[in-house]
Amino acid sequence: MGKKLLIHNDKIPNIHTLNVYREHGGYASVEKALKSMTPNDVVEEVKKSGLRGRGGAGFPTGMKWSFLAKPEGVPRYLVCNADESEPGTFKDRYLMEKIPHALVEGMITSSYALGANTAYIYIRGEYFYVSRILEKAIEEAYAAGYLGKNILGTNYSLDLYVQVGGGAYICGEETALLESLEGKRGNPRIKPPFPAIAGLYGCPTVVNNVETIAAVCPIVMMGGDEYAKIGVGRSTGTKLISASGHINKPGVYEIELGLPVEEFIYSDEYCGGIINGRKMKAVIAGGSSVPILPAELILKNDKGEPRLMTYESLSEGGFATGTMLGSGGFMVYDETTSIVKNLYTLARFYHHESCGQCSPCREGTGWMEKILHRIVEGHGKPSDIDLLWDIQKKIEGNTICPLGDAAAWPVASAIRHFRHEFEEYINNPSKIKDVKHYYSVNQLAGA
Amino acid sequence: MGNEIKFNEEAMATVNKIIARYPQGKQKSALLPVLHVAQAEFGGWLSPETMDYVASILNIKPIEVYEVASFYSMFNLKPVGKCLLEVCRTSSCWVRGAEDVVKHIEKRLGIKEGETTKDGMFTLKTVECLGSCGTAPMLQCGASYHENLTMEKVDALLDEYRAASKLRSYTDMDYKNTL
Repeated sequence: MGKKLLIHNDKIPNIHTLNVYREHGGYASVEKALKSMTPNDVVEEVKKSGLRGRGGAGFPTGMKWSFLAKPEGVPRYLVCNADESEPGTFKDRYLMEKIPHALVEGMITSSYALGANTAYIYIRGEYFYVSRILEKAIEEAYAAGYLGKNILGTNYSLDLYVQVGGGAYICGEETALLESLEGKRGNPRIKPPFPAIAGLYGCPTVVNNVETIAAVCPIVMMGGDEYAKIGVGRSTGTKLISASGHINKPGVYEIELGLPVEEFIYSDEYCGGIINGRKMKAVIAGGSSVPILPAELILKNDKGEPRLMTYESLSEGGFATGTMLGSGGFMVYDETTSIVKNLYTLARFYHHESCGQCSPCREGTGWMEKILHRIVEGHGKPSDIDLLWDIQKKIEGNTICPLGDAAAWPVASAIRHFRHEFEEYINNPSKIKDVKHYYSVNQLAGA
Repeated sequence: MGNEIKFNEEAMATVNKIIARYPQGKQKSALLPVLHVAQAEFGGWLSPETMDYVASILNIKPIEVYEVASFYSMFNLKPVGKCLLEVCRTSSCWVRGAEDVVKHIEKRLGIKEGETTKDGMFTLKTVECLGSCGTAPMLQCGASYHENLTMEKVDALLDEYRAASKLRSYTDMDYKNTL
């Protein structure tokens, strides 16, 4: 059993209440940081921990924090990115819903480290009910003296608010999130300047994912060096993985980074293998944006070594044979799955979610959706595969924000590894058209 | 719902509480949360009159409200049924039978995706990933997530909603979630 630092208490009754949370060691990091550490001490521990952003990009959190500008007389902000919208990802929702105080505690400790006196949790609008849970937790924290003026009798004061979004994947991009928090359309900003210099209301701002902020609490308690001992190489600590698709036990799992992928998929402690004892066909390991890999390449890299759940191991081989850890949205597809039809649902997603600011993304995502639609409807042309390849190439790297890349990579990887399936659709439309390539609800109920 | 677009006392108190979260002069930040309140208060959608009213409360131009309301998928710019059924259709839900759920609801209600039943009770919509991939297939209605759906569960839900006959909003406090 691996070490758990974030959701080890998730099954304790009423852990969502402040009293029970505190009985199990909750808010200790606030006490420790505010009473015995300087803000800079906290930043240093986070740097030592090697913690990397858990939203998907994997940027070192301590470094991001150290970029924060600190001009005199200008407020600084900490904004939590709880916009979790990457298909296949639902870990932040789980954490916030089950243990809301873990995020509230992390927000207080992190805000103290950054010298922020106002902080916001920007949560996707569809998670409205989760915002209620957070608001209740925040209310309790105010009443207990963990928020508000002179927290725990110190000079430090902090106000924490929850902001709900309106339904837009793009607001998970940090500058789009800030635009949205300012009451505007979620159009990503051109960088530089980065939020650390000019973020919310033009003030220095740090934007961190829910899981990243929650991880600050155990780091402060155990020390950055101890945290860094967990994991492998530059992939330190634990990671929440959202597991879904054709597995026996979908759900959120906290793993020590470095766990073999094979163990994660087949062990009863985690996914419990493929439903109905079928064969695994492919995996998207880090949320829908990362390249899909066929079963043999997700279990072993191109050198035949076992693939591990780390940032480095999953990306070994580059995009030719590797992928990314991303947000940890782990989607497993069995042998019955149509890769082409699945890709169509993703292309439709990215077209729907493109903000429309950059033409390669706005137009390209629409074209890719249309072409894939005609292929799955049995009207594909032999030239369509190269056309799709060409379009995704022209989107990648040519947009203000990474949504363009996120839309391009699934298409590129599906063609790279499953070109024969596209050809089959195009050459034998009558054979493919009426085959149902997904499980029916009743099939699953009986599974 | 009366004809006059004006928040009642309770809704106005909520709106003022939202505005107070932001620094002086940054009240535009309240726009998304206030639009959610407005949509819930004024029939489940945002008419031009409702949006103009929100603009007047936040002291911003009407266009600043329109451009935002039209950007985000949760704001309805046309009337919808009392129960807006939003079925997730993205990858993990798709591989676990989301299409069956949509077809089943279409058959039960006699409407197609995007349509509203004649009695104004239900609107059926397909939406993109709602973060319920481990509990797929699923649908959202108002504040509630209904997960690990089976046809029986869908039927029971439709019956329950029809009997209750009330407007379901994202801001509802009586949510159900099944994670």
